[in-house]
Amino acid sequence: MHDAQRRRFMTGTAGLTFGIAASGFGAGGALLAADGALAQPQPQPTAGSARPRVMNPWVTLSTDGTVTIMSPAAEMGQGSLTSVPLILADEMDAEWSRVRIMHAPPDDAIYGNPRIGGVMYTAGSVAVTGYFTMMRQFGAQVRAVLVDNAATRWGVPAGELTTQPGRVLHAASGRSLSYGEIAGFAVLPERAPQIALEPLDRARFRLIGRDVGRIDVPGKVRGAPVYSTDVQLPGMVYGAILREPVEGAGPTVIDERAARAIEGVIDVVRLRYGVGVIADAPWAAFKAKQALRVEWSSKATGWGFSNEKGLAAFAAIANDDSQQGVAWETEGNVRAALQKAASTFEREYRADYAYHAQMEPLNSVASVSPKGDACEIWCGTQSQTFAVAAVANALGIPASRVKLNDMMVGGGFGRRGNRDTEFIVDSVLMSRAAGRPVKVTWTREDDVKNGRFRPLYVNRLRAGLDSRGRITAWHHKVVSDRVLPFMDPVRAKASKGRDNIAMRGTEIPSYNIPDRLAEGLHPDTGIRTSALRAIGVGQNCFANECFIDEIAGERRLDPVAYRVALLDREPRAQRIVREAAAMAGWARRGTLEKQGRALGVAYIDYTGSHLAMVAEVSVERASGNVKVHRIWCTIDCGVAVQPDNVVAQTEGSIVYGLGLALTERITVADGRVEQSNFFDYRVPRMADMPEIIVRVIPTLNHPTGAGQMATPLVAPAIANALASLTGVRLRQQPMLAERVKVALAEVAPVA
Amino acid sequence: MSDKVSVNLTVNGTSRTVRALPDTPLLWVLREELKLTGTRFGCGVGQCGACTVHIDGQPNYACLNPISAMQGRTVTTIEGLSPDGNHPLQRAWVAEQVPQCGYCQSGQIMRAAGLLQATRRPWRDEIVTYMQPNICRCGTYPRIVRAIERASREG
Repeated sequence: MHDAQRRRFMTGTAGLTFGIAASGFGAGGALLAADGALAQPQPQPTAGSARPRVMNPWVTLSTDGTVTIMSPAAEMGQGSLTSVPLILADEMDAEWSRVRIMHAPPDDAIYGNPRIGGVMYTAGSVAVTGYFTMMRQFGAQVRAVLVDNAATRWGVPAGELTTQPGRVLHAASGRSLSYGEIAGFAVLPERAPQIALEPLDRARFRLIGRDVGRIDVPGKVRGAPVYSTDVQLPGMVYGAILREPVEGAGPTVIDERAARAIEGVIDVVRLRYGVGVIADAPWAAFKAKQALRVEWSSKATGWGFSNEKGLAAFAAIANDDSQQGVAWETEGNVRAALQKAASTFEREYRADYAYHAQMEPLNSVASVSPKGDACEIWCGTQSQTFAVAAVANALGIPASRVKLNDMMVGGGFGRRGNRDTEFIVDSVLMSRAAGRPVKVTWTREDDVKNGRFRPLYVNRLRAGLDSRGRITAWHHKVVSDRVLPFMDPVRAKASKGRDNIAMRGTEIPSYNIPDRLAEGLHPDTGIRTSALRAIGVGQNCFANECFIDEIAGERRLDPVAYRVALLDREPRAQRIVREAAAMAGWARRGTLEKQGRALGVAYIDYTGSHLAMVAEVSVERASGNVKVHRIWCTIDCGVAVQPDNVVAQTEGSIVYGLGLALTERITVADGRVEQSNFFDYRVPRMADMPEIIVRVIPTLNHPTGAGQMATPLVAPAIANALASLTGVRLRQQPMLAERVKVALAEVAPVA
Repeated sequence: MSDKVSVNLTVNGTSRTVRALPDTPLLWVLREELKLTGTRFGCGVGQCGACTVHIDGQPNYACLNPISAMQGRTVTTIEGLSPDGNHPLQRAWVAEQVPQCGYCQSGQIMRAAGLLQATRRPWRDEIVTYMQPNICRCGTYPRIVRAIERASREG
């Protein structure tokens, strides 16, 4: 689409002009029916004599009543493929059983998320929150056009008409027309009608707030081919890539003789960042990759680095007051407030690197044209925008020459949202070299060794208290590897040193603390880093919520009451904390502790979603093994579009947080990642599960995020329970059994 | 001179002949030769269970069984679990809205099918122990347990 056309497209209240076919309609991935059946991925959603009418860039209505709605967000398990189009369907008053959903083609001007820079990028749990008003507006406009057309046909005022799912009704005359029938004769206006959206009202919702079932579930339980790794193309061959062990240490000497001797190997390709092999089967490609002998450049920042060296260096910076960071949040004057505080309190918290461990190892499929001037890709990406741009850049061709097939994502957690989408460029470079379609699959070992991690952290917190023990000043200094400049240099350039991936969560808007400063310093260690589920919030909330508990403990105050008092400006937050405490039976703490168990609490305001958690925990002193028996969690994310999915996402983010809290650690030695697979990177399994009790507290606030919000609460809730139980404070994630054991031994009770 | 071997095996009730390097795991033959992509690659070392299929009626790791050892064996994949995708476990998985990203779920269902074959009405502890080899990174474990209980109840 030309720019002039694009601008025209975007005129009007919500940027809508009728009557223009959506660009690339028919591109994109699978078409899913509301009943979950996998339909053929064809532009025409209907058969026989049915005729599709493009109502706007989001909605196509067929004369047989089928409604096709575009889904702009990646589906990586969070359910946006259902919940975002459902918002439109609700406002349009569509019949859900007639709805089909298609992945929207890459086109930021139409499908970009206003909450994330206007690009197509699924991250930060902002799909529903970012698209909500837009979806309502487009849905309302389609409904208005259908009503107007029915009014004209019947010669009655539009104000006399109402709708029921899929139908326009005229009560006075008893007449009705289905949406499909109207599609057959509808005249679409040149400009979108201006609709003033009704205030959010539970009684008006027909789909929002009522669980319809996720559209992708039926296919997924049948093993349907929905991921890029499932793609099969005629003439396709297979690629595997041996990557540089340290970022920037490209290959210097390559001995490929043994690799080429393996039957089925077609070619060995030298890359800037490693060596690729192409073979007639994945197994041959993997074997050949292992048979490569490569020497790497010694000129890379990461060589020599280790967790221990990093933590020591970061702690030195954190404790050196002359080294000030870039301010992330500033309220009042924290230094002055600390000066005049009745007392001050200071603690340091740490975290090791953590790995995404999404179940689908990174992969992609590409088919580059013989001249190298066009390319089709199949990938699971968190950003259609970044994927297309990275591929175009790799081939030196315009983005318009890249066709993206947006597949479902077998786990993202931030790993599939980096600007360079290196795992997609892999197959493009291999396909160009091979002159045919190539599927490149990372093994699990590739995925771990070349992981991009949640960074190493040292958080130093300092609080000033008044004479009654209330916190009046809050100074949070974060030292971590740089993340944003590595994962997204474009955004980093505009960020003025504010590394949002590392720093998010140091802001604490709900706690009523007048003087606050959060500042960050982010050295370039050469280690690959990335957003990882809950980004910086995962560690910064751990630091915040442990710190508050430590202060409350020092003053012998109840940690729940202490938080509720600090949240005195935020009734939603107070309610969330009180409800979680009530669910957990906070009052029985004393009795529980006599039985060797304790409760710990944590609270968060995560981009406007309020959550509280209580964990019931015990510890086996001999081994240091921490057992989490039960977790209660309350969440207020405003309007819960699909409440059961909010529960599911909260359960899932708790399980994710459990691993980060207790067992998941990446260690680096001489710049190289030491772990390689699930036997040395231990993620939660079924036997590790506590009983999880989630309560969604829906309010009529604009919906906020639900996809990862509980993750950051798990570690502090556990650490706070452990401190209550044993008097020992764990201040580093993960709280590995050996660390717990050592910490307990240091203060072992005299027998 | 090719090192590849020809192997006859029965997959989802159909006799198939495949050719591959002898150490090729069954997983890659299923996925890329036979185009049965519902069986998924997660770790390649029997640590995650995403590739779980039934070999001669028992849950097993497709990533650990070389094709050379598959001569005459019988394999069932998620595509062959039921004729119409409506196995009681699959119905229960939908009813409990288990999958999120969904990538591990074929393996979870195939493993759970092994459990229900052996034990019609498993206790919760038996479910947890039996399902321990299978990782779900989205954390759908609580729903997997509920779905297995439902399938065992509703058959």
